[in-house]
Amino acid sequence: MTTTIPMSITVDGERHDLDVDPRTTLLDALRERLGITTTKKGCDHGQCGACTVLLDGRRVLSCLTLAVAKDGAHVVTADGLATDGELHPVTEAFLANDAYQCGYCTPGQICSAVGAIDEARRGMPSAVTADLAADVTLDRSEIAERMSGNLCRCAAYVNIVSAVEEAAHR
Amino acid sequence: MTTMDARSMGTSVRRIEGPDKVTGTAAYAGDTVAAGTLVLHPVQATVARGEITAIDTSAAEAVPGVVAVLTHRDAPRLGDTGDPEHRVLQGTTIHHRGQFVAAVLAEHAEAAAEAARLVVVSVDEAPSTTGFDPDAEAYTPAALGNGQQADTLVGDPDAALAAAPVVVRASYSTPMEHHNPMEPHATTATWIDGRLEVREASQGAELARQTLATLFDAEVTVRSPHVGGGFGTKGFLHAGTVLTVLAARTVPGRPVRFALGRRQMFETVGYRPATVQHMALGAAADGRLEVVAHDVVGATARYKEFVEPAGGSTRSMYAAPHRRTSHRAVPLDLDAPTYMRAPGEAPGSFGLECAVDELAVALDLDPIELRVRNEPDVHPENGLPFSSRGLVECLRTGAERFGWSSWDRAPRRRLVDGWWHGVGVGCGTFPAFRMPGSTAEITFTGGRYVVAIGAADIGQGARTVLTQIAADALGVDVDSIAVEIGSTQVPVGSIAGGSAGTASWGSTVVEAADRFRDKYGDAPDEGDHADAATPDNPWAEEYAMAAYCAQFAEVAVHADTGEIRVPRLLGMFGVGRILNPTLGRSQLQGGMVWGLSMALHEESVVDPRFGEVINHDLAGYHVAANADVRVVEAEWIDEDDAYVNPMGAKGIGEIGIVGVAAAIANAAYHATGVRVRSLPITCDDFLTSGLL
Repeated sequence: MTTTIPMSITVDGERHDLDVDPRTTLLDALRERLGITTTKKGCDHGQCGACTVLLDGRRVLSCLTLAVAKDGAHVVTADGLATDGELHPVTEAFLANDAYQCGYCTPGQICSAVGAIDEARRGMPSAVTADLAADVTLDRSEIAERMSGNLCRCAAYVNIVSAVEEAAHR
Repeated sequence: MTTMDARSMGTSVRRIEGPDKVTGTAAYAGDTVAAGTLVLHPVQATVARGEITAIDTSAAEAVPGVVAVLTHRDAPRLGDTGDPEHRVLQGTTIHHRGQFVAAVLAEHAEAAAEAARLVVVSVDEAPSTTGFDPDAEAYTPAALGNGQQADTLVGDPDAALAAAPVVVRASYSTPMEHHNPMEPHATTATWIDGRLEVREASQGAELARQTLATLFDAEVTVRSPHVGGGFGTKGFLHAGTVLTVLAARTVPGRPVRFALGRRQMFETVGYRPATVQHMALGAAADGRLEVVAHDVVGATARYKEFVEPAGGSTRSMYAAPHRRTSHRAVPLDLDAPTYMRAPGEAPGSFGLECAVDELAVALDLDPIELRVRNEPDVHPENGLPFSSRGLVECLRTGAERFGWSSWDRAPRRRLVDGWWHGVGVGCGTFPAFRMPGSTAEITFTGGRYVVAIGAADIGQGARTVLTQIAADALGVDVDSIAVEIGSTQVPVGSIAGGSAGTASWGSTVVEAADRFRDKYGDAPDEGDHADAATPDNPWAEEYAMAAYCAQFAEVAVHADTGEIRVPRLLGMFGVGRILNPTLGRSQLQGGMVWGLSMALHEESVVDPRFGEVINHDLAGYHVAANADVRVVEAEWIDEDDAYVNPMGAKGIGEIGIVGVAAAIANAAYHATGVRVRSLPITCDDFLTSGLL
């Protein structure tokens, strides 16, 4: 018999109690168990970024995260970024810059962008950061590098970089 | 002939479904959460060819949560669509590795996956051929994948080649490539009282409905409100959809969902087949072409033919009195190839446009000037006048904008910070079609015009652009239009494919709008209603109609490592009227990045021992990521084409990719002096050249 383990998780501000199979990923817990499909599955292997969510404020790949290991965690999906009915600045910038086409990778892109902007503000360097000690400036090269974990087959990359740039400098 | 007046068309209306997409609330085919939904996990063949001799499902059936295990022994019988891909679980023959041979239905994904692993399939394996050898025995197909004839011949190309003062002969190869839309194919199927309801990731709900109705002899409803990219692979239904509906039939009333895993996207939903293209160009000393010959050998599947029409666009690109195109097919024991973004034009433009560049070098002539000198007055094979043809203007304006003349034409002249820099150009064309068979219905209700047509928005922006077309055709603002698409619950629509979606649906909407205004004027009453079928284009047989492009690339090749990067791409397009500049630019840029990805990254590698694509995931099969893409600009010329359709718009879904790989390869030659004739272009092409 399969063993299930009780846990709780808060998603977009709402607490959920559930019993999970220890093999269940956070992505499948969201989609299959909680019916929260605002997070998409593109590869299930951590290779495409479509399933990116903010987990306790940091961007993670929910397909590579076992749900059972995140008891008590706070998850924010692209749908939970809005506050008081106002779209998040990154979300608004994606709309304004047409930074998506089919839209399937988009929730993951937006969560990833929110995480990336925060990482830069906290001074975390990337592979293209010239001066590791200086403050990070999110120029187009930095943004492209930091957003390269999120594939977009429609290839909206030019507009994605513009959207992140606009949101980061607001 | 004039095109219709544009008020909304030509403006950058935002994507109508944008708010749903950026929050993730847009529901795709796999985003179904109905209670009691069963999860399907397939069992797949592990040999490329053979016969199933036995299947033991007992261990799988014992897994808790498993509801059923379906095999060919107990699967319902299917009607015949004539498509071998649809013969799912109908017999014991294995045609390719990865073929579905059984399916598990379970309450949860984990149980379904575990049980599928426990199904034991005994197979009598047969010898197979899965590696593409362009010198293997090949046959002449009755028709190419797009219906065109396999061979064309004008004049005497061989004699003309023997007599031509300057001749270029070279062979170019393009690999197997997989579409990999971000949304893997997904189907949710429910049988209710003998009727079938399907949510499908589809480029055409009506085509899906027709196919399923034939297979299952039932009333079928298909919904595809949002589609996470298609690029050709979601046009015709593949085996996974049929498998899901078959399985659902055994559990009436319960939804069954099958969302393909990424690996299965390399096994059962088609691909662009490999080609080798033998080019021969013969020219006079002034660069005028005497002969163009494009002889293609391509891979196909033994059990289902699809031949990439790689020589097709060569039939219309340049003038030459002697010309030949031919296509030969080598059958392999693989999944069947299919349409992939610019089928034919994408790989074919690599062969032709690299050969033209080599001819320019041989003639010591600017490659833009060479192309201008060979601009045809009429279609070189059928003699039809062009409805419009912007190739020369694209070349000239693109060159100006790109700064082409500031570069020394000789190769290997610019070394900056350890990188060899060069520039290249490649051109392309894509036909401007109109597909028959759509119906648009316009109803005035609640102060708005509801425009219903079974179009598909696969990311190209159909929902938005059809709203703009309807607004202009009805003479109202876009706020007065509500477009309903993406299902068989609205009137039929042709598929989103062949860069013909907007042209076909848009022409139909305009026809319905004209009828509506004829009947009711501009002050309709509640419930007023008109509909129309797609009108024939009276000019279709009178003019050659196509989009054209000139692609410019700057390439940098590292002098020590051979790493190749593309700092800059500029595409100039002659595509008629751009209906929405923002969405149009997005789509063209996306196509150009596909070209970059084709040039530098994409190659599906088949292990010929087993018939398996060994790099079958997004780590092994690299598609361009954000950091691979630097400056990508898409621009267009003003082009008024009154013959293609009332909107004056040519399709733009595919022209973006065409010519890019050649422009990059030509730029790489200009940068380094190394001519790479095989895609993708990688470091070792330069490192092994001895030239770096």
